[in-house]
Amino acid sequence: MKQLALVIDLNVCVGCHACVTSCKEWNTSGTAGSMSDFNPYEEDPTGTFFNRVQTFEIGEYPNTETVHFPKSCLHCEEPPCVPVCPTGASYKRKEDGIVLVDYDKCIGCKYCSWACPYGARELDEEQKVMKKCTLCVDRIYDETLPEAERKPACVLACPTSARLFGDVKDPDSPVSETIRENGGYQLMPEWGTKPANHYLPRRKIKMTIHKDELTRVDNPLNKERQLPMPGDDEQTLDDIMSW
Amino acid sequence: MHPAFSVIFLTTLIGAGQGLFLALYTGQLYSVFNLVPGQDSHTFYGYGSLLALIFLAMGLLASFFHLGHPERAWRSAAMWRTSWLSREVIVLPSFMGMTFLYGLTHYLGFNPVLFTISDVFVVNLTLLLGFLATGLAFLLFLCTAMIYACVKFLQEWATPLTVLNYTLLGAASGFTLATVFASYAGIQLVSFYAGWAIILTSLAFISRIASLIRNSLIKPKSTMTSAIGIRHTKIQQKSRGFMAGSFNTREYFHNASAVLFRSIKWIFPILVFVLPIMILSSSTGTSSFALFALAFIIQYTGLLAERWFFFAQANHPQNLYYQTI
Repeated sequence: MKQLALVIDLNVCVGCHACVTSCKEWNTSGTAGSMSDFNPYEEDPTGTFFNRVQTFEIGEYPNTETVHFPKSCLHCEEPPCVPVCPTGASYKRKEDGIVLVDYDKCIGCKYCSWACPYGARELDEEQKVMKKCTLCVDRIYDETLPEAERKPACVLACPTSARLFGDVKDPDSPVSETIRENGGYQLMPEWGTKPANHYLPRRKIKMTIHKDELTRVDNPLNKERQLPMPGDDEQTLDDIMSW
Repeated sequence: MHPAFSVIFLTTLIGAGQGLFLALYTGQLYSVFNLVPGQDSHTFYGYGSLLALIFLAMGLLASFFHLGHPERAWRSAAMWRTSWLSREVIVLPSFMGMTFLYGLTHYLGFNPVLFTISDVFVVNLTLLLGFLATGLAFLLFLCTAMIYACVKFLQEWATPLTVLNYTLLGAASGFTLATVFASYAGIQLVSFYAGWAIILTSLAFISRIASLIRNSLIKPKSTMTSAIGIRHTKIQQKSRGFMAGSFNTREYFHNASAVLFRSIKWIFPILVFVLPIMILSSSTGTSSFALFALAFIIQYTGLLAERWFFFAQANHPQNLYYQTI
């Protein structure tokens, strides 16, 4: 059993929307046709997107924290959108767990979008079919690309490496490890959808420095072994010789 | 949810069509046991079935306006093992076909005796076809309602009351329609149908009010905390990620003013239940076609409002992610 997924580190995401634009750029140029936009430069523009970055404020001013929250299809292990599809256009791939839509079978009834609690699906108003994140399925298996680039466009675009990509069912994969060690969680666990995408929570990063850590207590090469120890305001050999 | 008029018309029209068929068959069954006078096959059951078929066909037509690719609609029968929508797509034409056969055999007067039960109860062809169509009519109510009731996180829909409401509201409007039809084509059955229409409308009233009360007590399972997974009581969205509209902001919000929303909540019970019951009960004994037609038009208009409210009231958890620009 393989389940490809994204792990999104909310501790690192800076909310730059690079994943949003790179997703749109890659997928609108794909073989499945463009992700249509309407009135892009006019009043009331609208368009199809697979990925969005939202911003939330936690707490009450002045004690607030800003969380940037990227949201795309979570490729659930129990996807509620798949069984409701009347045509079988919506399906979950057995080989890697990616939830996809067959655009040639979709009748555009929107029932799957009602059945997704996360609002991850969008109807393309031009092609009149349901669209969603494909985990860049046309990219991750493309052997003409260098191996390092066989990742979803959003993962490659992220300047802070807040997005990790891998097999969450393989316990030894880096994504599984980071989910385990950094408290990775799923969205809306109350519906039993078992999302494959995980999020890593904000983490408090604090450093406590004790006074003795400011001077070298360990001195493995026996340097500066002068007795008595120089005072804090005196020059040591390091200060003179450090050129 | 954003109420789509295609679906509002689909569910109300086929509901009335199913109800009208059930009324016709109820009339036939009663006449078999000599409880009501039998009606002319040709003019009553034949044309009555045609009227039911017209309602069903209009509903079917309305459903196509909901699809992005109506030309691919035939594909939607494929996933009947898992999808209630797919099941509805199969059951609706089957029911229409059976109603057509029922009406046709009545119209042609082709009604051979098939078999007798215990040498007493004579089963002829129309009785059997009507029996099968009745099963399909109830199956269709189940399929239509389960499309909504099976989406568990739309908590306003995920209740057996949804199935009960769809069945009772469809039957009530169908029997009211049958009263109108009887006042035109089968004068002896007017008070029979009006009586049943009052009973079914009253039952639907109880069940729909029960679901309104239930829905007003719902505590949403999904919260901001579970939506983004941050354990804090004060979470406020500052940006949904875009300023313009998207599918997410159009499809899941009814966008009606709070005043309109609240007033429809009070208007539809009056139109669907109170006024039709008053008209139907005050005109028993008379057989005024115009009055009964008025009762049906008021009830059907009310059902459009009821269905609008049914969709608008459903609060989709994805809305948690789209609270502010």
